[in-house]
Amino acid sequence: MANKVIYAVYDDPEVLKGAARKLVTSGVKVKDVYSPFPVHGLDPIIGITRTRLGIASFMFGITGTSLALLGFWYFMISDWPMNIGGKPNWTLYHNLPAFVPVMFEFTVFCAAHGMAITYLIRNKTLPGMPARNPDPRSTDDKFVMEVRTEDNHGHSAEQITGMLRETPVFEINEREY
Amino acid sequence: MHSEAALREPLILGHKTYHDITNDIVGPIENKAPRGWYILTTIAGLIACYGIGCILYLFSKGIGTWGLNKTVDWAWDITNFVWWVGIGHAGTLISAVLLLFRQKWRMAINRSAEAMTIFAVIMAATFPLIHMGRLWLAYWVFPLPNQFGSLWVNFNSPLLWDVFAISTYFSVSLVFWYIGLIPDFATIRDRLTKPSWKKAYSILSFGWTGNAKAWTRFEEVSLVLAGIATPLVFSVHSVVSMDFATSVVPGWHTTIFPPYFVSGAVFSGFAMVLTLLLVMRKVMHLEAYITVKHVEYMNIVIIVTGSIVGVAYITELFVSWYSGVEYESYAFINRATGPYWWSYWAMMTCNVISPQLFWVKSWRRNLTFTFFMSLVVNTGMWFERFVIIVTSLHRDYVPSSWTMFHPSWVDVGIFIGTIGIFFTLYLLFARYFPVLALNELKSILKITGESYKAEAAKQHHH
Repeated sequence: MANKVIYAVYDDPEVLKGAARKLVTSGVKVKDVYSPFPVHGLDPIIGITRTRLGIASFMFGITGTSLALLGFWYFMISDWPMNIGGKPNWTLYHNLPAFVPVMFEFTVFCAAHGMAITYLIRNKTLPGMPARNPDPRSTDDKFVMEVRTEDNHGHSAEQITGMLRETPVFEINEREY
Repeated sequence: MHSEAALREPLILGHKTYHDITNDIVGPIENKAPRGWYILTTIAGLIACYGIGCILYLFSKGIGTWGLNKTVDWAWDITNFVWWVGIGHAGTLISAVLLLFRQKWRMAINRSAEAMTIFAVIMAATFPLIHMGRLWLAYWVFPLPNQFGSLWVNFNSPLLWDVFAISTYFSVSLVFWYIGLIPDFATIRDRLTKPSWKKAYSILSFGWTGNAKAWTRFEEVSLVLAGIATPLVFSVHSVVSMDFATSVVPGWHTTIFPPYFVSGAVFSGFAMVLTLLLVMRKVMHLEAYITVKHVEYMNIVIIVTGSIVGVAYITELFVSWYSGVEYESYAFINRATGPYWWSYWAMMTCNVISPQLFWVKSWRRNLTFTFFMSLVVNTGMWFERFVIIVTSLHRDYVPSSWTMFHPSWVDVGIFIGTIGIFFTLYLLFARYFPVLALNELKSILKITGESYKAEAAKQHHH
C-alpha cells in the first residue's frame, strides 16, 4: 500500500491546537504544522523539543569575546605596545577597561551573526531554496496539519481522516507519495 | 488563548481577518503604485543625485571645499553623522527593547522603523567616511597587519570603538530586520501570480516553509537577538558620545554624555519614525493598524526622552558653573549668549519646551500637531549636535585661534543629498517590502483586534 500524506487545513490556531491534541491523545503522530505565524502552545502537543539556538548563540558570543581579547593582547600589548597620553600598554590587565567597548561589540557581532547563520542553515532557508510549504494558503490565513501514514501504522488513512472530520476542519487533502 | 484587559485600546481597528491583513499589506505591492509615489520618488531621487554629485565634487577637490578650518575641524559633517546615527536608534529600540517588554504596539511600527534605522545608519556612516578625505584608504580603520602602515589601529581610542560600534549595529540591525522579513516575503511569494515577481520574492524568502519547528526557532532567534541588540543600542550612542567626552574640549569633557546622547537619540529617532509613519499611514491606508493609540504611545516616549534631554542640558549648565572651571563656564555662557546664540535657543525651544506640550492628551492624540512636532524635534536635535560641535570648537583655548564656521554649498549639498538618499531608499522600501510585520500582526489579531475584543467583552458579561 502506498504511503499517504493527509493535510488537514484549519482556519484558526486554537481550533488546530484542539484537533492536534485530540489526534495525539488517540495515538496519532502529527508530522508537522504549517502556519502563517507561530502558534503558541503547539510544540509540546505535537512533540517538538526546544531549540538549542540560544546555546549556540552563547557559544558564538564567548568565542567573540575570546578572539577580541586575544586580538587586543597581540595588537596592543605584544606586537607593538603604544604609549598614548602617558598611559603605556604594558599589560592586558591594566589596559582592559579601554578594551571593554570593542570586546562587547565583537561579542555581540559574533553572537548575532553566528546565531543568524545557524538559524538559516537549520531551517534550510537559504537564498535560492524553493518554497516547501504544502499549501500556499499556509502563509496567508490557513493552518495546515500534516499527518503521514508511514508514521502511524496503528491507524489507517481512513481512520485518521475520520478523526479529523470530527474536528471543525476547514478542508482535508490527501496525497499519495 | 490569552486575552487582554478590555481597558486597553484595541491595536487593530475594525473587523479584520488574517486574510484582510495579508490583503491590506500585500495589496499595495501587487497593484500599480499611486502617482504620488512616483512624484515623491522622483523628487527624492533628484535630491539624492545632487548629493552624490556634491560628494563626487568633494572627492575631486578635497575637504577644503567644506567650511571647516583649523579651529572648527569638525562641523557639519560630524553634526550630520551624529544626527543620522541618533535617528537610527529608534528602529532597533522599538523592535528589541519593546520586544523584551512585550509591548504589542511595537508590531505595527517595528518593520518600517527598522528600515528607517538601516537607511539612517547608512547615511550616518557616509559622513565619517567622506571626512577621511581619502575614501580609498578607509580600510585602514580595520586592524590590519603592519605592511599597511607602521602601527596597528589604536584600541584605546573611542574613534576606533565607534568603527566597531557602528558596523556591529548596522550589520546586526540588518540581520534582525531581514530575519523578520523572511516569513513575510514568503506570504508575498505564495500570493503573487506574475512569474517574474513570484521568482523575485521566492529568492528573497529563502524558501521559508513556516513549519512548527521553524517558528520555534524564529521566536528564539528574535528573542535572543532582541536581548543582545538591547545593550547594543545603548552602547552605540554611548560610544558616539565618547568621541567627544574623552577629549579635553570644554563643553565636551563631561561624564553625562553617554546617557544624554542615548536619550537624545531615542528622542530624535521616534520623531523621525513619526514623520515617516504619519505620511505612510495616510498614503497606504494603514489607519486600522497604525492607530491614534500607537501615535500616542510614541509621543509618550518623546515626552520621557525629551525630558531626560532637558534635564541633561540643565545639569550640564549647572555643573559648568559649579565646577568652578572657567573654561567650562565660558563654553556654556558662550553657547547661550555668544555668536551662535540662535542655535542654542533653537535647540532649547525645540527639544526642551516643545515636547512638554505633549502632556496635553488631546494634543498628543492629534495627528497634524504630532507631525508638526516631529519636524520640530528633528530640527532641534540637529541644532543640538551643531551646538555641541561647532560652538564648543569655535572658541579655542588660544584666543588668536577664535573663528567662526560658515558652511559652504558643498556642506549643505551633501547634507540635503543624504536626506534625498534616505527618502529614496525609504520610498523603495514602502513600495516593494511588506511595510508592517504581517506575521506578528496576525499573531495579535485575536487578542487586540477591535471586533475580537468587543466579542470577548460581550462573552465576559454573560
